[in-house]
Amino acid sequence: MSNAMILEVEDLGVSFDGFKAIDALNFYVERNELRVVIGPNGAGKTTLLDLICGKTRATSGKIKFKNKDLTKLSEHQIVHAGVGRKFQTPSIYENLTVRQNLELSSPGGRTVLSSLFFRRTARLNDRIQEIAETIYLVDELDLSAGLLSHGQKQWLEIGMLLIQDPELLMLDEPVAGMSVPEREATAALLNRIKENRAVIVIEHDMDFVKDIGRKVTVLHQGKILAEGPMEKVQSDERVIEVYLGH
Amino acid sequence: MQRLTKAFGGTSGLIQIAVIAAILMIVLPATTEIFRLNLFGKYLTYAFVAVGLVLCWGYGGILSLGQGVFFGLGGYCMAMFLKLEASTPEATKIQTTPGIPDFMDWNQLTELPWFWEPFHSFAFTVFAVVAVPAFFAWLIGYAMFKRRVGGVYFAIITQAIAVILTILIVGQQGYTGGINGITDLRTLLGWDIRTDGAKYVLYYACCIALLLCLLAGKFIINSRFGRLLIAMRDQEDRVRFSGYDVANMKVFVFVMASVFAAIGGAFFTLQVGFMSPTFIGAVASIEMVVFCAVGGRLSVVGAACGAFIVSWAKTSLSDSFPQIWPVVMGALFIGVVMFFPRGLAGLVSDYGSKLMPGRKSRSKPSTHKPDTASRSAAGTTPQEPA
Ligand SMILES: Nc1ncnc2c1ncn2[C@@H]1O[C@H](COP(=O)(O)OP(=O)(O)OP(=O)(O)O)[C@@H](O)[C@H]1O
Ligand SMILES: [Mg+2]
Repeated sequence: MSNAMILEVEDLGVSFDGFKAIDALNFYVERNELRVVIGPNGAGKTTLLDLICGKTRATSGKIKFKNKDLTKLSEHQIVHAGVGRKFQTPSIYENLTVRQNLELSSPGGRTVLSSLFFRRTARLNDRIQEIAETIYLVDELDLSAGLLSHGQKQWLEIGMLLIQDPELLMLDEPVAGMSVPEREATAALLNRIKENRAVIVIEHDMDFVKDIGRKVTVLHQGKILAEGPMEKVQSDERVIEVYLGH
Repeated sequence: MQRLTKAFGGTSGLIQIAVIAAILMIVLPATTEIFRLNLFGKYLTYAFVAVGLVLCWGYGGILSLGQGVFFGLGGYCMAMFLKLEASTPEATKIQTTPGIPDFMDWNQLTELPWFWEPFHSFAFTVFAVVAVPAFFAWLIGYAMFKRRVGGVYFAIITQAIAVILTILIVGQQGYTGGINGITDLRTLLGWDIRTDGAKYVLYYACCIALLLCLLAGKFIINSRFGRLLIAMRDQEDRVRFSGYDVANMKVFVFVMASVFAAIGGAFFTLQVGFMSPTFIGAVASIEMVVFCAVGGRLSVVGAACGAFIVSWAKTSLSDSFPQIWPVVMGALFIGVVMFFPRGLAGLVSDYGSKLMPGRKSRSKPSTHKPDTASRSAAGTTPQEPA
């Protein structure tokens, strides 16, 4: 079973001053799987991603990624291992152009010396162009990222992760604050980029979840409430009670 | 060739430096007598610090209120060498212990302290001018940035270090010369540095070193590392979760800024002829930040001009109205931070783009209209103050 799984989270727990944000959680993601995580506000969704990418340190439990224990690695080592993470609020470099944002996120030139003497290769240029097409920002490549619309910023951050070619991509509410056409475009984007990698998407918007999702995990008070295909989860009574009911 | 130009910020960046070079090395020496040129040389030593602050604070967002420490370490290393050379047994034969610096004798020391010994060697001194401050900055940077100490806390801690170092130097009079500093410096490898001829040579050496620092600064800003500094300043977490060891990057830029400051300090000692705690303490360190802010913290050339102009203004003002200067400096700082966050360089570049409306302003914050930036500094430079 271990081979099919790219991410194995076992008995994971973290508490903030006694408050258990994640509580004895078991969570498995397969290679090439797209998993949606839903749950009410404060359920611990963002905290779960924080734990996986090393932003928050677990109080107990294991996080195994490709059989490596992530809890022992520092943040940048986790990225090097192949985990990419998008934040809930768009985090991009507003004072740089879209091209520079993508370039800075590309692997290579990650140490002091190699970044001082870094030169953009033709291959990297092609890659930036290709990513820009994927995230619908070809015409904005030389625009200052601060001038992008909210939705475009979300796409840019996804592009900044894609250029690292991570094996596990984690997106925290990628369509928050987007217009309906932008949501549809993002759903199409996700369906394209999920090839060859595992993707975890946190989302509130049910229509969007139906557009992209197969397997859904419902989180509630730091625990898994239900897990399975969208239809099954939607009809689960406990889920309806805590989440879908209102 | 083109690639080389680009590495330093394109033709416009190199024109800036060329204009500065022409002003410093041709216009000023041709129009100024040596006494004043020597003063100009002293102002220029602060420009080294300002260039470092552009990298560290303007780009990296790391505000250090302790750059005087590194300026001082560089300056003191140089002063120790010069002092030892001036303290030959013949020159000090009236002392109780001839052959040691005079202030040690006054403080009843009978032997040269161990850490002074290596400063008999000029090669070691040159090495130490860079290595001692670099090591010290690395130590502070490593301890702070690995623990994710940043922002205001870092500023306060560096300021505290400046205070502590001053107290230490003043308190350890026998080892350091105390509040008076290390004075009465005479020769460098037998060459009298107090003559007019020597002052010219030292002024030119200082200019060349500064130009090299400006080039190095431009190179860093225009590299991927420079863009990374902006990225870390604006979105540190995003950089960290894009696979960078943010602490390492910060340590490096802090060390660079400190090395620049130290080189400035060494030239200060050489040109002014002494080094004392007043030039490295809390107030001096804050002044250095003001120099950088006024000149423009996103422009190495702007900040260098700012250091020159403000320290000149300081000398002129504090000669005639010594009480007013601190107030003026405070007002200047607040005014610049509130109304001209990009300093003189920002003003000049805005004014320049109005003159040339055809030129699209780029989105990079390092954008400046180069030639005008230096010319505005030049415009004020040759005029003698009253
Ligand atoms: N660093 C922290 N210190 C203290 N409490 C925290 C910390 N991080 C998260 N929490 C708490 O943990 C709980 C889970 O928060 P989390 O951000 O993971 O929720 P979420 O499911 O992402 O919610 P939302 O849908 O609002 O984004 C919340 O009650 C939050 O207040
Ligand atoms: Mg959240």
